[in-house]
Amino acid sequence: MSLTQLPVLQQFVLLLAALALFLSFVLLAQARLVAAIHAFAWQGVLVSAVTLVVALAGTAHHLYFSAALTLALKGLLIPWMLHRLVRRLSLSRHTETLRWPALVIMAAVLLVIFSYWLVEPMVAQDLAFTRNIVAVSLAVVLIGLLMMVFRQQAVAQVLGFMSMENGLFLAAVSATAGMPLVVELGVAFDVLVAMVLFGVFFFQIRESIDSLDVDRLNRLTEAVEITGERPG
Amino acid sequence: MIYSWLIALFQALLYVALAPLLIGWVRKVRARLQNRRGAPLLQPYADLRKLLIKEIRVPHTASPLFRLAPYIVFVATWLAAATVPLVALDLPIAQIADIIVLVGLLGLARFFLALAGMDVGTAFGGMGASREMLISALAEPAMLMAVFTLAMTAHSTSLVSVMSHHLADGFLLRPSYLFAFGALVLVALAECSRIPVDNPTTHLELTMVHEAMLLEYSGRHLALMEWASQIKLLLYGVLIANVFFPWGIGQDFGLLALGIGLVVVLLKLAVLGLALATAETTLAKMRLFRVPAFLNLALLLALLGLLSHVILEVGA
Amino acid sequence: MSTHAVLLLAALSVMLALAASATSLLASREPRILRLIAMPLIGFAGLAAVAAGLAALILGGSVTTTLPLGLPWMPWHIRIDALSGLFLLLIGLVTSAIGIYAPAYVRDFERGRDSLTALGGFTGLFLTGMLLVVLADDAFLFMVAWELMSLSSYFLVAFQHENAANRRAAFLYLLMAHIGGLAILLGFGVLAAFGHGFDFASMREATLSPGWASLAFALAFLGFGMKAGLMPLHAWLPEAHPAAPSHISALMSGVMLKVAVYGFIRVVFDLTGQLQWQWGVVLILIGSLSALMGVLFALMQTDLKRLLAYSSVENLGIIFIALGLALVFLSTGHALLGSLAFVAALYHAINHALFKSLLFLGAGAILHSAHERDLEQMGGLLRRMPWTGSFFLIGSLSISALPPFNGFVSEWLIFQAALQAWQLDSGVLRSLIPIASAVLALTGALVAATFVKVYGIAFLGQARSRHVRHARQGALGMRVGQGLLAALCVLFGVLPTQIIGLLEPVSAQMLGTGLPQAGAQGWLWLTPISSETASYSAPLTILLLALIAGIAFWWFVRRAPRRMRRRDPWDCGFAPPSPRMQYTATAFAQPMRRVFGMLFEIDESRPAFDDAAPRYRLKLTDRAWGLLYLPVMQAVEAASRRVVRLQSGNVRVYLGWTLATLLVLLWIIS
Repeated sequence: MSLTQLPVLQQFVLLLAALALFLSFVLLAQARLVAAIHAFAWQGVLVSAVTLVVALAGTAHHLYFSAALTLALKGLLIPWMLHRLVRRLSLSRHTETLRWPALVIMAAVLLVIFSYWLVEPMVAQDLAFTRNIVAVSLAVVLIGLLMMVFRQQAVAQVLGFMSMENGLFLAAVSATAGMPLVVELGVAFDVLVAMVLFGVFFFQIRESIDSLDVDRLNRLTEAVEITGERPG
Repeated sequence: MIYSWLIALFQALLYVALAPLLIGWVRKVRARLQNRRGAPLLQPYADLRKLLIKEIRVPHTASPLFRLAPYIVFVATWLAAATVPLVALDLPIAQIADIIVLVGLLGLARFFLALAGMDVGTAFGGMGASREMLISALAEPAMLMAVFTLAMTAHSTSLVSVMSHHLADGFLLRPSYLFAFGALVLVALAECSRIPVDNPTTHLELTMVHEAMLLEYSGRHLALMEWASQIKLLLYGVLIANVFFPWGIGQDFGLLALGIGLVVVLLKLAVLGLALATAETTLAKMRLFRVPAFLNLALLLALLGLLSHVILEVGA
Repeated sequence: MSTHAVLLLAALSVMLALAASATSLLASREPRILRLIAMPLIGFAGLAAVAAGLAALILGGSVTTTLPLGLPWMPWHIRIDALSGLFLLLIGLVTSAIGIYAPAYVRDFERGRDSLTALGGFTGLFLTGMLLVVLADDAFLFMVAWELMSLSSYFLVAFQHENAANRRAAFLYLLMAHIGGLAILLGFGVLAAFGHGFDFASMREATLSPGWASLAFALAFLGFGMKAGLMPLHAWLPEAHPAAPSHISALMSGVMLKVAVYGFIRVVFDLTGQLQWQWGVVLILIGSLSALMGVLFALMQTDLKRLLAYSSVENLGIIFIALGLALVFLSTGHALLGSLAFVAALYHAINHALFKSLLFLGAGAILHSAHERDLEQMGGLLRRMPWTGSFFLIGSLSISALPPFNGFVSEWLIFQAALQAWQLDSGVLRSLIPIASAVLALTGALVAATFVKVYGIAFLGQARSRHVRHARQGALGMRVGQGLLAALCVLFGVLPTQIIGLLEPVSAQMLGTGLPQAGAQGWLWLTPISSETASYSAPLTILLLALIAGIAFWWFVRRAPRRMRRRDPWDCGFAPPSPRMQYTATAFAQPMRRVFGMLFEIDESRPAFDDAAPRYRLKLTDRAWGLLYLPVMQAVEAASRRVVRLQSGNVRVYLGWTLATLLVLLWIIS
């Protein structure tokens, strides 16, 4: 089915999904922590907008509720908590540059193509107009993981984790018109609890090793200490 | 046949005639935004006229290429511009060059501009040429990638086909067009030496790029170089306006259609000029080594445009 | 003209090349023979090859014959079809220009200590080898000719062997040529095993399973790709090509690399049969890597000939991208698109032969009159050598793929082929191929930067050293040789429709499909697929460019005042600019070096602020050396150290080894 045959609302969903993917790239490459949090908030808003438009276009009424929940949780609450966390850890002006930004971005582009390749056979069975989004949401998940691999800063890793969750939610909405309400509430609660726990852990980590650079956690290894280690 | 070539000639002349107006408009808006009165709207015409009648001064160290380059730069830019539909769509001249040839012609102009910068043998010229080639090297893949996204949608690299395909489809929310639009805007800023990549109002700073290459020019040579860069800005403006918002362009050669086409394109350009002036007022110029990141963003946008075209718009 | 004329012309060409070789034997007695007889003979051999190639292309069909040479049960087969004809044309065009150029160039060597016999003799043999590779119709003759080409070019690389760097380059070249030759031989072995015969006709009949076909492809790609200098096996090329005398560098870069392309096309497209799209993807990936890395290294060089050699790596990468596209399209059943990409590859092969030879001859002219290869010492040569400067400018514009010159046409065709990727079924290919074409775009822009640097530093500005300031115009022959190639560059750029008409028989014969639409709109318009998809009119482009420039010029001359005064350049109110204040080649490349820094191994030392004699030092090495070449070299050395134990010094022990080997061999055969 090509784009020209879709009604405007459904085209709008595709547009929003593509923008969510773009924000994943922004998250991956954004050096300033606060700006990255804002990008994450916008991604939450976009995911919630996708849910809303799917609800408008279809018949699944509980999607209105999940759209509202997503907006409140991922667009507002979690970004606010992260913001507060960053302020209290006095990381507001923290910047972190990737080692080879161009290479990481290229890797992310390859991940997008890879997820398209994975999803292609599934898409061949005619599901719904949203089927094309499955590839995009898988890519959002994988890029979130990539972000956790390449970022050193613990807060940035949390952002990667949360954006993975965004991707999963997008996949659920687009592939099967949303999860049952109970599951959705459970996941939302889990994410919230995880967020609170992360906050607590950060303070603990900072207190014990005086930094949030996860590379410093290497010392926890049981292997023989490597000689060329950086001074602490 | 003859008539359509006449229209093409008229349109090509229109490019030359309108280019200083656009720059005058951008400068005027920018001045107003900065609470200045600014020069009159038609000042660029007066500047060009003055430069054209002034005496030329050529450095002792310059080779013949120095005097040849302004003509080549001007002509190549003008020919590139003439192939972009401005007021009417299906012109015979557009068949001469598709979008890749257009990029090639601009490349030809840039090649001679950079050589002219290096010809006198001063440090400024070499510096400008080196930086210009860096910026263009990074901008060109982003530009072609964005263009390819459009070309793959329309299954053609001819600008006329791209525009008429868009017109025939009507208004669609294409993610790929959105990304390609973003990429082209960033590339246009870089290629036309605007803020934040280069500052067009600077004349003797270590940060200048385009102006550094023109430093030794005077008289009508300088006029041609300046005019060429104004045509280039107009070209990118028309490209962005007419590819992404082709509505209103004349689809036949009737006088009414042409008149409407002209008015509409002037309106579109006025809006783009407004946006450019606003951006230049609010943004600061970047360091040279921030420019690669800026152009990488353009490339990323173009890549995402392509991928979202393949993944989201075509379907299996 | 009958088809036998083609054979006769080709034979004449080989004979003339051998005659050049033979007459050079006398050059040690009478040095002028090289200049007056041998080099013109090379040129005539080239002319005969041009005639043979054109005749083969125009007459179409193919002629075969068997020579009473070779092994008793395996006579040498010769065949000239459209593909051979095209490459004969390519070899001939460049060789003719070199035949005009070389007499003046080799004059310098008459006073030197180097052996003129070696120079002339091996040049003739080198040409013979290349011609025979293209003519061969069985694996035996092909390999003999291939080795003849490799060995004679080895001696040409080692020609100025007083220089230790040249000796090292020559040895490395020999080593790589042999590893590549071995891979090609094994590839032929696979094909011959299934085809039951070493002649190409029976190999064509063979039906291979996909696995064996892929093995044959991999071996052919390894062997021919190594010769063509593809990444990451390229490191020998920028060492070897610049070491030879300049007209030989032109032959090696311009022609010999194309012979490798010919071999690859012959084996993969003609002999192997069933094509697989995975091969195309491999070619596109390796080609993109070679193109991008080749041009980045070229941009960083300050030695003009090394720079040109690296740029050959880049251009071969582009040719292989186009061949990869052809493979992808052909194996997925898009014959027309496959033919488009194939023609684009051939077109770029010819173009590269023309402009790279032109540039090498230009570098040779500078070397001849200013004795300088280092860009950092040059400057202002356009005023000292206006003809060479103008021809070099044409070459630079062509290689930078700028309209209306020839390099642009072939890259435009490759872009057009890549943009037809939307017709493919696989979504992954649909998204990967445009990304490859973005790499191609980046490459093109970087090539333009490279040649702005070369031309701006060498020919513009002011001379940076005394001997360059006193450079003189080269001899007439040298100028004519360059002028011929420059004219061909322009011709191939301005008349693409006719050239494609010439290339079409190759595609029609090899792939069964030509490009019926290419000239359908008349000779002015090039429309590879259809006139709605894309069109380009080079004649009108150049006509309009000239017309507008003429009008503008006339207007200014008539209307505007003609006053013009010379003055000093702007000096910011301080000391007047001196040649030492100019941007250097290293400085020009600095921004790119910083942006793409991760790809090189950079060793840089900057002077301190209070240094009395400040010096800036920069050493930039290829990562391929450390990763690939040094381990292989060390392994070879370690193996040699083991083998050296055999060398006891006693002749009877050696004879004993010989006897043992003979016995073992006889046992194996029986």
